[in-house]
Amino acid sequence: MHGLSAAASAPSAVTGAAETVAILVLLSEFAMLRAALSRSQVRLYAFQSLAVAALAFIVAAERHIGELYVLGGLSVLLKVLIVPAIIYRVLREAPDDVATSHRFGVASMVLLAIVLSGFGIFVVGTMPIHSKLLPVLALAVAAAVILVAFLLVIVRSDVVSQAVGFFSLENGVSLASFVLAAGLPLIAEVAFLFDLLVAVVVFGVLMRVHHGRSASLSTRPLERLRG
Amino acid sequence: MGGVLVALMIVPFVATVASLVAAPRIGKPLTVVAGATSLGLAVSLLGSGRVATALAGWLRVDSLSLVFLLAVAFLYASTALFAVGYVESGQDDGGRYARRFFAGLNLFAWAMLMAPIVSDFALLWVAVEVTTVVSALLVAIDDTDGAVEAAWKYVLIASMGLGLALLATLVMYYAGTATLGSGYELFFPRLLAGAHHFQPEVVRLAFGLAVLGFGSKMGLVPVHTWLPDAHSEAPTPISALLSGALLTVSFYAILRFYQVTRLAVGSAFPRDVLLVFGIASLALAALYVARQRDLKRLLAYSSVEHMGILAIGMSFAAPIAVAGVLLQVLAHAAAKSTAFFGAGSVIRKFGTKDLERVSGGIGALPWSGPMFVLAVLALSAMPPFGLFRSEFLIVEGGLVSSATALTAVLVALVTIAFLGLSWHASQIMLTPLPDGVLRGETSKVMPVAMVVGLAALVLLGVHPPAQLSELITRAAAELGAGR
Repeated sequence: MHGLSAAASAPSAVTGAAETVAILVLLSEFAMLRAALSRSQVRLYAFQSLAVAALAFIVAAERHIGELYVLGGLSVLLKVLIVPAIIYRVLREAPDDVATSHRFGVASMVLLAIVLSGFGIFVVGTMPIHSKLLPVLALAVAAAVILVAFLLVIVRSDVVSQAVGFFSLENGVSLASFVLAAGLPLIAEVAFLFDLLVAVVVFGVLMRVHHGRSASLSTRPLERLRG
Repeated sequence: MGGVLVALMIVPFVATVASLVAAPRIGKPLTVVAGATSLGLAVSLLGSGRVATALAGWLRVDSLSLVFLLAVAFLYASTALFAVGYVESGQDDGGRYARRFFAGLNLFAWAMLMAPIVSDFALLWVAVEVTTVVSALLVAIDDTDGAVEAAWKYVLIASMGLGLALLATLVMYYAGTATLGSGYELFFPRLLAGAHHFQPEVVRLAFGLAVLGFGSKMGLVPVHTWLPDAHSEAPTPISALLSGALLTVSFYAILRFYQVTRLAVGSAFPRDVLLVFGIASLALAALYVARQRDLKRLLAYSSVEHMGILAIGMSFAAPIAVAGVLLQVLAHAAAKSTAFFGAGSVIRKFGTKDLERVSGGIGALPWSGPMFVLAVLALSAMPPFGLFRSEFLIVEGGLVSSATALTAVLVALVTIAFLGLSWHASQIMLTPLPDGVLRGETSKVMPVAMVVGLAALVLLGVHPPAQLSELITRAAAELGAGR
């Protein structure tokens, strides 16, 4: 499990802060998984995005990478403000805010999420990946976030949860990118963010169309095509 | 040659904007012109035999990219032609639908053309993601319950898959930092030059994630579940583009990862991964083809089958198999689009996709009917069509690679799929025409697009142009065939 040890050169305060923020990202993913209200999920997503952006600022300040400030700022604008605003707009038109869409009981879902998280953290621990910028724990947590995001999409049968699941998966990938590719040119990062924005708009359009046709945010009416 | 790449980037985009703002009577011919121009530009790259670059290396077309570029450009041109007849004969709402449809079609084609033109893993991912969001809206454009369901499943599954593909790109970036430093562009040649020094475990992880991620867009089993729904519910021209071009563009992305992985860890690992996904895809599709009741779902599962064949072909070591795979990319594009065009004519004529409610297709559609039968025969790898040649090369490659048992499995599964496909086609086409159905085409333009597809298939099957054969040989070499 050498990959999980903190980067030798990173000061302990920064390492500690980064690890704490990374854990917050994972905890907010768990909270999204079990949240009953769609609006709560969106707020949790905004919080998670803020935590990911905070991590970008921490790395930018510690390592003097100016581009990461820009990236953090853009992330806040897009993922903390614009994306939640788009989903809120869809929810304003949808009266059934209570997304009681769990396919399993909450306890079973959380247990499954714990198992998946443990698996993700263990697998990353076996990989020979090191980072001078961040503790590799952040990558392990990112893997856990991605797996729990898949679980969220699978076990929740409403379009808001599924969309939030995809957006939070992107947060997990963002978190991973700080460890794996902190030096990735800004243009690529901005392209990724722009792409997310386009995807969010398309998700929003399809959610509204679905709600317009079925007067529901549930995905139950979306189970007709089979075979 | 750089100007050609820039033109390929501009032409469909201009057509998108023009289709959106101009009246459909302008947007439609403009789309056909843009498609034909793109095809002409792509074909003009055939002659040089050199790598074309533009915009400081951000655009780059080598032999491998050109094979996929040709497939996409050909489909753009033929689908544009078909769509002119399809939309004309079906919609009447003052042009709103047509405007959105043709703008979407051009934008979709633009994104698919950009994927093989860009020279960088990050931009390749962006291009593939753009294809997803644009095509998801096109799948939903008919605004039926089925279309909305299919679009939702598609955008969700493909986006989740592409999330993994993005992770694969980042992991590949990390693999490169050992030799290329902490801040570098993910240009293909740069990564290929340094791949020998990458950490094998990290590259394996990147490749696995890439196959899973891009494989979800390519339609590899078990991450294919959006595909039959989207193909069956989308407007038929979009189904043709999804099947013939989009799936192979995703395959192209996997091949770019394959190139680096092969150099970093050897050929065995990526081949084994592709073999597992290929066999699963071919086996499931072969069985599902037989039990379909929806004409477009039938063709969708045939696409899964062909993607499986591509993946299996790449798992064979012999260069001839890789050449067969690349030829299959082109031939499948032509055959599947022609079959979908035929299906579009059938659906227009009979007003249903239900296989049990369609009969006497040949009698009802004097041109489209026989051509649909020919397209199905082409899809079943019958001579003299291109897929016969490509699948023959793949099978020969399997035998040359001493993978006799696997080759036998491949042939057996392809035969099962052939039986299913030809049974359904014969049931709807070679049966008596029911009373009350008038003989005649629903559009004069739609059969022309089918003629174009069949002509390309015969050309690829009987005597591929020398420049194309050389291109495929060079592209196979770029994939390390035989090394």
